[in-house]
Amino acid sequence: MEWETVIGLEVHVSLSTKSKLFSGSSTQFGAEPNTQASIFDIALPGTLPVLNEEALRMAVRFGVAIGAEIGKRSVFDRKNYFYPDLPKGYQVTQLDYPTVGKGSLTVTLDDGSEKTIGVTRAHIEENAGKSLHEEFNGMSGIDLNRAGEPLLEIVSEPEITSAEEAVAYLKKLHTIIRYLDISDAIMAQGSMRCDVNVSIRRKGKTELGTRTEIKNINSFRFVEKAIHSEVRRQQELIEDGGQVIQETRRYNADRDETTSMRSKEVANDYRYFPEPDLLPVVIDDEYIAAVKAQLPELPDAKKARFTAEYALSEYDAGVLVSSREMAEYFEIVARQSGDAKLAANWVSQDLLGLLNKNNWDITESPIEAEQLANLILRIKDNTISGKIAKTVFETMLEEKSSVDEIIEAKGLKQVTDSGEIEKLVDEVIANNPDQVQQFKEGKQQVIGFLVGQCMQLSKGKANPAQVNELLREKMQ
Amino acid sequence: MINSTVAELSAALAAGDISSVEITQAYLNRIADLNGELNAFITVCEESALRQAAQADAARATGNNSPLLGIPLAHKDIFCSKDVLTTCGSRMLHNFISPYNAAVVERFNDAGAVLLGKTNMDEFAMGSSNETSFYGAVKNPWNNECVPGGSSGGSAAAVAADLCAMATGTDTGGSIRQPAAFCGVTGFKPSYGRVSRWGMIAFASSLDQAGPIAKSAEDAAIMMNTMAGLDIKDSTSIDKPVEDYTASLNKSLQGLRIGIPKQHFAKGLSAEVEQAVRNALAEYEKLGASIKEIDLPNSHLSVSAYYVVAPAEASANLSRFDGVRYGYRCEDPVDLEDMYKRTRSEGFGEEVKRRILIGTYALSAGFYDAYYRKAQKIRRLIKEDFNSAFKEVDVIVGPTSPHTAFKLGSKSDPVSMYLEDIYTIAVNLAGLPAISIPVGTANGLPMGMHIVGGDFEEAKVLNVAHQLQQNSDWHKQKPAVLASAKGEA
Repeated sequence: MEWETVIGLEVHVSLSTKSKLFSGSSTQFGAEPNTQASIFDIALPGTLPVLNEEALRMAVRFGVAIGAEIGKRSVFDRKNYFYPDLPKGYQVTQLDYPTVGKGSLTVTLDDGSEKTIGVTRAHIEENAGKSLHEEFNGMSGIDLNRAGEPLLEIVSEPEITSAEEAVAYLKKLHTIIRYLDISDAIMAQGSMRCDVNVSIRRKGKTELGTRTEIKNINSFRFVEKAIHSEVRRQQELIEDGGQVIQETRRYNADRDETTSMRSKEVANDYRYFPEPDLLPVVIDDEYIAAVKAQLPELPDAKKARFTAEYALSEYDAGVLVSSREMAEYFEIVARQSGDAKLAANWVSQDLLGLLNKNNWDITESPIEAEQLANLILRIKDNTISGKIAKTVFETMLEEKSSVDEIIEAKGLKQVTDSGEIEKLVDEVIANNPDQVQQFKEGKQQVIGFLVGQCMQLSKGKANPAQVNELLREKMQ
Repeated sequence: MINSTVAELSAALAAGDISSVEITQAYLNRIADLNGELNAFITVCEESALRQAAQADAARATGNNSPLLGIPLAHKDIFCSKDVLTTCGSRMLHNFISPYNAAVVERFNDAGAVLLGKTNMDEFAMGSSNETSFYGAVKNPWNNECVPGGSSGGSAAAVAADLCAMATGTDTGGSIRQPAAFCGVTGFKPSYGRVSRWGMIAFASSLDQAGPIAKSAEDAAIMMNTMAGLDIKDSTSIDKPVEDYTASLNKSLQGLRIGIPKQHFAKGLSAEVEQAVRNALAEYEKLGASIKEIDLPNSHLSVSAYYVVAPAEASANLSRFDGVRYGYRCEDPVDLEDMYKRTRSEGFGEEVKRRILIGTYALSAGFYDAYYRKAQKIRRLIKEDFNSAFKEVDVIVGPTSPHTAFKLGSKSDPVSMYLEDIYTIAVNLAGLPAISIPVGTANGLPMGMHIVGGDFEEAKVLNVAHQLQQNSDWHKQKPAVLASAKGEA
């Protein structure tokens, strides 16, 4: 039986404001428990919220970046439920009138095709605190440092049809958010979290199947695995004559399965109503225009520019714009080396390989863009060969020295003196009569072997182009 | 001395005739004599009051002459006051010492006023008789078998019995004006947003407003000069310049157009209250005002709409009282749910629980449109009624309450209690300024008249009230029963 998967994503992003959504408390990560909780954050009677304008600006920035409608009049609501890490007994969120309305994201899939996925809305809300259930002898500890931090909840349309698309959407969202500098969006630290709504239906049907919601997944890989496992479960269930129940589930990575987390809380009636302590937020065209004017160049535009301006392939450009820092790094290397193609190769292959191996971010790169540009310059002016450059690159990791110092100190300078090269060529021709004979009989590819021998003899320092040319001359 | 108005005390202090320490001590003595009987105060701050009084006297010696410097006042126990017990009349907060000051408290502190103590109130301001207080009912100084009204009953009784020179109150549906009427004092509810709600324990956020309870409209104006103004800590507070409310008190009422809503002079209004209000209206005519009957066609819906909106907001506002961080917590909870259930069952009184239930119900899935949304619609209609009325008249006048103070324990049915605020509630729904001033007594109990103004027309309302008080002495009448009390008069 053929099945179709329908996925909708709800992504929570922690906005990186300096203070909380409705109070002046700091949002610094990692402080001692309850040291960043003001009288408002602990919900003392009589305290009132005041909206952090920066959080609003960040939400509008996001909305403008994805071409979304901006709510000219957004309204905060109270979502009522009791939990010890929710001090007021209600969460302030936006129900009917979110700050960001309909927009969309275009993602590139592995086969190079593009797909546009609708964003239903993005609303501003406050985070809850943290409940700590260990180390308190059967009691629970409450840390309210996080309570009241601003979140942006971004809700997609149910237009995602595979785990691959879901991950592509999340990565794109992540990239845009980082470009906009509105959140660290680090899934492992919880500054970006994802709830996945999954349902399946028979191919060709238009009616949606019953969905389940998998809560709080904290890595792209787990999102992919959780979707695969949940789709499998739903298929097996239906094919065995069962029915999917609308419920909240949790993904267990160790067992690669989703399990039900049905509890009383899920059945809550949240009794939403407009927050009377806050006035509706009115946003005019001028404000939106001002936010728009401050947008950085976004990944899609940057990618288009990279392919046009630097003649990069779609793929290379896509890799290089995956983060704003990476793109900036690349542009410095390209500009200073004057060779965009080489710059793209070195950044997207050698450097990125190195970073990935060590789990470093581009901002933590031990090699600065200017150094990498110098290295490329030495390749271009024939001081070193591309191969020797890799050795220099390795050395740059260990030594703080400049590219030229390393080349000098290790004696890696390319041999371009024709007299010296001639000696090498003569020696190789003398030592390999069989191959020389084969070449003369028309077996052109043997030249590669002979060049290799020359390079070996020179410990890689000979200029391969010169060697090639001279070999051909002498063997004619 | 203790029966003087703030204006008189201020003048006497400025002239050096008396000291703040002397006045403060006189009020403390009066409280010691009478509070046992009246139960108007929950907390008396004897030591700190005398300290503040001495500081005020010292400040005056260095040339400070601000109008409230050294004047003793009482705050309703709904205002958070730093290092002072702040109970909101509830067992839930029986142990809550606030670490911060409400904006209103801060402003009176900055003005140099002396805090005598915190006054009793209906629990979380929910009540019209002061009988729902965890700290027991307040007695009406005019007749100790009667209620003082509510919820600011402690403040009204304290001002009426000269336990303080002035007091603060809060008004969500009539909680300043109705007790002012029952106790024969002047009680003023400003426009919504005029006085900061920061630090005022919320009952119904979109209706709550703080205001003065005083011995005259002039005193209320003096207090408003300190209380009113934008506060960035309260997002609903209004960024509108504050007038000097005393400046226009003496404006002539020649040509003033008074509207009297026919709905407020209909069935249910007692004959003596109607007569008292009509007598006062006759005075206004003598002062050059014209009287015109007006129509507030949706006023019959106000109590119903109010008892959806206010409990709905309250049901969320009171969720923070969960036993987790402060306040009352039940003994030995076995788990979280048990802690929530018993803390809230034991910590809240009956009326508070009733309103939480009403509000929770009104907001529940499937009922929201029928109750909350509809009530908000009615609220807009009521506002429109007032808007069209104010096209024809300058102020709207009527009775504050249909009758005089009733006997303690006489209203056991919640709905009949809710109908107490029938004339005052619409004003909260519309966010307008309104005052209750005394207009005589019947059977030894005072009666109040209600004057409502347009949006942010505080100055006009105070002017209209003051002019009547300049030309009558109903506001000077004192409860006879207190003549037997010790101290001085």
